[in-house]
Amino acid sequence: MSKQKESKTPLLDDLEDGPWPSFVTDLKNLAKKKPAVGQLLGQLEQSYEERWDHWLGTVINTPGYGGGIIARYSDIGNKFPDIAQFHTIRVIEPAAWVYSTDALRQLCDISEKYSAGILQFHGMTGDILMLGSNNEKTLEAAEELMEKGWDIGGSGNGLRTLSCCIGPAYCEMACFDTLKTTKFLTDTFISQLHRPEFPYKFKFKLSGCPNDCANSIQRSDMPIIGTWRDEIQINQEEVKKFIDEKGEEYVVDNVITRCPTKCITLKNKKIEIDDKNCVKCMHCINVMHKALAPGKDRGVTILLGGKRTLKIGDTMSSVIVPFMKLETDEDYEKLVDLVRRIWEFWTEHGMDHERVGEFIDRVGLGTFLDGIGLEPDPQMVRHPRTNPYIKFEELTPPKIDGEPKVAPNVVDKEIEGKETVIS
Amino acid sequence: MAEKKKMAPRDNGAPDYKKYLHPMMAKNYGKWKYHENLRPGVNMYVAESGDRLYVVRAGSTRTMSVDTVRKVCDIADKYCQGHLRFTSRSNLEFLVTKKEDIELLIKEVKDKLGFHVGGTGHSISNILHTQGWLHCNLPGTDAAGAVKAMMDVLYEDFINERLPQRVKISTSCCQINCGGQADIAINLQHHHPPKINHDNMKICEHPKVVAICPVAAIRPAKKDGKDTLEVVEEKCMYCGACHGQCPSMEIRDANTDTLAIWVGGKSSNTRGGPSFMKLATYGIPNNPPRWPEVSDAVKKILNAYKEGAKEEERIGEWIERIGWKRFFEVTGFKFTKYHIDTYRYARTTFNTSTQVRL
Repeated sequence: MSKQKESKTPLLDDLEDGPWPSFVTDLKNLAKKKPAVGQLLGQLEQSYEERWDHWLGTVINTPGYGGGIIARYSDIGNKFPDIAQFHTIRVIEPAAWVYSTDALRQLCDISEKYSAGILQFHGMTGDILMLGSNNEKTLEAAEELMEKGWDIGGSGNGLRTLSCCIGPAYCEMACFDTLKTTKFLTDTFISQLHRPEFPYKFKFKLSGCPNDCANSIQRSDMPIIGTWRDEIQINQEEVKKFIDEKGEEYVVDNVITRCPTKCITLKNKKIEIDDKNCVKCMHCINVMHKALAPGKDRGVTILLGGKRTLKIGDTMSSVIVPFMKLETDEDYEKLVDLVRRIWEFWTEHGMDHERVGEFIDRVGLGTFLDGIGLEPDPQMVRHPRTNPYIKFEELTPPKIDGEPKVAPNVVDKEIEGKETVIS
Repeated sequence: MAEKKKMAPRDNGAPDYKKYLHPMMAKNYGKWKYHENLRPGVNMYVAESGDRLYVVRAGSTRTMSVDTVRKVCDIADKYCQGHLRFTSRSNLEFLVTKKEDIELLIKEVKDKLGFHVGGTGHSISNILHTQGWLHCNLPGTDAAGAVKAMMDVLYEDFINERLPQRVKISTSCCQINCGGQADIAINLQHHHPPKINHDNMKICEHPKVVAICPVAAIRPAKKDGKDTLEVVEEKCMYCGACHGQCPSMEIRDANTDTLAIWVGGKSSNTRGGPSFMKLATYGIPNNPPRWPEVSDAVKKILNAYKEGAKEEERIGEWIERIGWKRFFEVTGFKFTKYHIDTYRYARTTFNTSTQVRL
């Protein structure tokens, strides 16, 4: 009882009970050596009481960078002076969030030296968040991070930190090297990560297979997802073992009938797959992962335009490259070239605060494809259009007799004078 | 004279993941054969070489003190040769090569960190959350506390694999919805147009605020001879896009903001492909520190799902099979006109057939 009376944070104290680990307990312990954390809890308690937030947001930059620091000022800083300035540094994380303990301890030391000693693994975009430094210490922390080989970035109207699934590091489903590609794209486009230059933010997420563990279709502007274009590998011996163990009915109910294109059949304890009609959904492979595996001719499907709610409502990314190989240096160059074309067209014609998906909605996917030099492909749509209001460029007569025909919608088809070839 | 400190190198790029890979991951990189679930929270990955990597998953609190992270490191040093990873849902993954170490590690994770092992297979994964009142400038509710409170209620389904399929839950503290799509999502709803602080409009770029409104409800105005903005209240749908652009367009309201629950989101391409979540119920009070009404509603959904779904069916797929009429019956939520979409593409969500469940 006396503890309850003395406590400055009775509402937060309630969150110390229960089976799930409590961030409140953790931060209370930290507050013993970091008074700012005590004040942070004090402010949070006040938010709980009032159901009201007390942070003001703005931007601070370290020299040469336009992103990477999220500045927060308390609007009750007179009451909680140690958190009057309480900023977050966004640190670029290693691909697939793999760490050595040395690396983590280094982050802990820097966090403790310059800021409140609070780390978050990870932010919604995938970056490491280091919370709680003032104006001066934030810049010092950024310098030390960069001195030790880390880098910051990924805020504002620029490229955000990339993220990817565990891929070939331990998953047998991975159809391309998500870790290598994530590092490659981060390093190639590091300037765009540091110096916001787009109409609005841009996110890449990479998943090694269509299970999409990186959540890329719904949460990134440009998902790159592993796939294959030959036959699913079948180990009939393992199929037989699976059927013997689980029963034929189980296989019919949970594998055969769940196939979205009905391309898998079971005959005499053997699986047959009509691979031409397989849409690589992964379901059968997930359930029978000892017996089935993705094909050997692997590559990626690239989509574009996903984002969360603000402001036209959620959009999912949609296919722009049904398949391309991603193995050789030339393949990677092709990918970089495609990204540059997309950015160039979007940056040139996009409106302020317009994500690439919103931009495509506004100008039309057809116009967008012209703009970035990609050929239309039936795999880009669920079905062809159903409304008849079409501006056929080739059939539109010139405005004045004798004037050369100008395509009404197409903007500068030859951005770099060549077309990106698919596959 | 003080010497000016030399600037650190710039544009380092991403850290080199190769240095951080567990030696067994580096050795068998891209040469993995299959995996097996040994118990909730523990998967065994078998390489073509015959190597076996045991991955022990524990739900973290995402927000951690450096001392907690150091404890994590101590455990990884002892059992994982100094290597570990995080998942996209803030789970820790300890990488173990000796099978006999698994139980010792689980015990130490429990004793020293208080973290639970689970979140694999057909379970509830760690709840994704945003910054909330702890560190965001826009939230109408908290995130870390809401997640802690809900995981206390749901953790049995984290440490066991007893659901028809995996269930992913997310929370978001404003209508920007950083928390992402999920099988079950808890999001904040605002209930009136922004209240404009006309005395402090000089801090905002007015054309940008006008441009960001998705329904063109904001227009320039004058008040007491000063430039400001006004909102056409009939058009405004309380999304708060303007608030992110201009803090003087206050959309939040401690007295009226409520929470809504959405169901059926899925990101994987399996079976029917990715899907968005849909409104299940709304008007739930924003009730710190434990938001008990939220947990009650989530439990209703989970119980109905456990009862009615077939194996391998995600929540969205289960509802698609039984129909929304039945969903509202089995959960007890009331279907109202507010469940019917009024925004872009609303008509694509209407039933344009005679296919009804009678």
